[in-house]
Amino acid sequence: MSEGQVGAEQRLVTPGMVIGPSSGKRAGSGTITENNEFIATRVGWLNEQNNVVSVSPINSAYMPRSGDLIIGFVAEVRNNLWFFDVNGPFQALLPMSLAPWKVEFGSTRKHLGIGDAALARIQEVDETHNMVLTMKGVGLRRLNEGTVVSVPVNLIDTLRGENNAMLSRIRDATDCRIIVADNGRVWIHGGADEMRIARDLIQTLNKEGHKNTFEHAVQALENERGEQ
Amino acid sequence: MGGYGDVKLLRDDGKRLDGRAIDEMRPVTIEAGILPAADGSAMVTHGLNVAVAAVYGPMEAHPRKIQRQDRAVIDVRYNMAPFSTGDRIRPGFNRRSREISKVTAEALESVVLVERYPRSKIRVEIEILAAEAGTRCAGITAASVALADAGIPMRDMIVGVASGKIEDTVVLDLDKAEDNYGQADLPVGLLPNTGEIAFLQMDGDLSIDEYNLAMEYNFKAASEIHEVMVDALKRRYEGGEA
Repeated sequence: MSEGQVGAEQRLVTPGMVIGPSSGKRAGSGTITENNEFIATRVGWLNEQNNVVSVSPINSAYMPRSGDLIIGFVAEVRNNLWFFDVNGPFQALLPMSLAPWKVEFGSTRKHLGIGDAALARIQEVDETHNMVLTMKGVGLRRLNEGTVVSVPVNLIDTLRGENNAMLSRIRDATDCRIIVADNGRVWIHGGADEMRIARDLIQTLNKEGHKNTFEHAVQALENERGEQ
Repeated sequence: MGGYGDVKLLRDDGKRLDGRAIDEMRPVTIEAGILPAADGSAMVTHGLNVAVAAVYGPMEAHPRKIQRQDRAVIDVRYNMAPFSTGDRIRPGFNRRSREISKVTAEALESVVLVERYPRSKIRVEIEILAAEAGTRCAGITAASVALADAGIPMRDMIVGVASGKIEDTVVLDLDKAEDNYGQADLPVGLLPNTGEIAFLQMDGDLSIDEYNLAMEYNFKAASEIHEVMVDALKRRYEGGEA
């Protein structure tokens, strides 16, 4: 079995692979320490930054964290709260007190019905995955228009780029309003053609899963737009 | 020992009926990510065995009574297709598949970091499409690769291998004739990096020396299979930097 080297060029590791000695470094996500050695727990690319060794997984389920911006779909409505599907293993709860409207007991269905999409933030997650959402906050709202597409969670950072650079380029190139949520859902709103272009662009990312190919696709679109 | 005294399983030149040496494994090939609908999947061919594993989850565990507040439960379903052997297998659970599902789940629970996903369930489906002795080992190998493919954190991957005894000789990786007419069978699930044993079953009798030799063969085969597993996972993702 091949031994991983810390700090070399990007390496693909598999669960159980010994990454290297743990002296003076800390184990980040995707790794554990056993007998003073780092061991990868996931398939992914090895990273080392600020003395923290981590594995950025290639394929991973969305694990909610408090503060995440999410796009959820209403899965269940009760008299005083909503349950949202947030693309995670468990449904999230939005109590009527944290909705942006003045909701009376029993009138929850007037504001959000089953299947409706909403932009929300995760207020808190406890250790057993109980999740509370809030819609009180700037920009948090029900999504009435536009379309929602899915992106694998591990590709969200690629889609956003550094300091959202990639995202603003896509916004400019496609002429769409785009919100990238942390739970692997992207809201797109614009003209019908623009929305189709933006959606196709994101599908290329999904299919290729590759930073450079995606960059080329965005570049091509920008050039095309510039010529028109 | 062995109830079928007149079945000859070793040739005069010391090789086995299919021409393998006594410590030679059947060829193994693995492919990861074959099922688009599953969160992770793998297909293992081990000799003439074909095992497909699919992993779904982590998801909310239902019914609620199976939930554990401090960890995830692993729900394994091992099943042989009706057409996987010469005699048609009646579809559905039977005594044997229940047992294999249980031991596989317990083996996987020892490597998956289940405490990361409380109240959840991870569903592992193992389907044997073709059987030629050693399907539980092929199934465990497939399940490990599928779990890794699904991005579920694990301490290590489990490799399923078996050794056994035919004509008073310890041999690696029994085929169908050797399994049916041999004297003993020792299927194990090994963690190739730490050398730990995740599961072990034994059918028939082995002396201590025979057992030690069989385990030596098993560990040797496990590291060979492990390389194929790692290669399968790398092949799926190579070609793209993060």
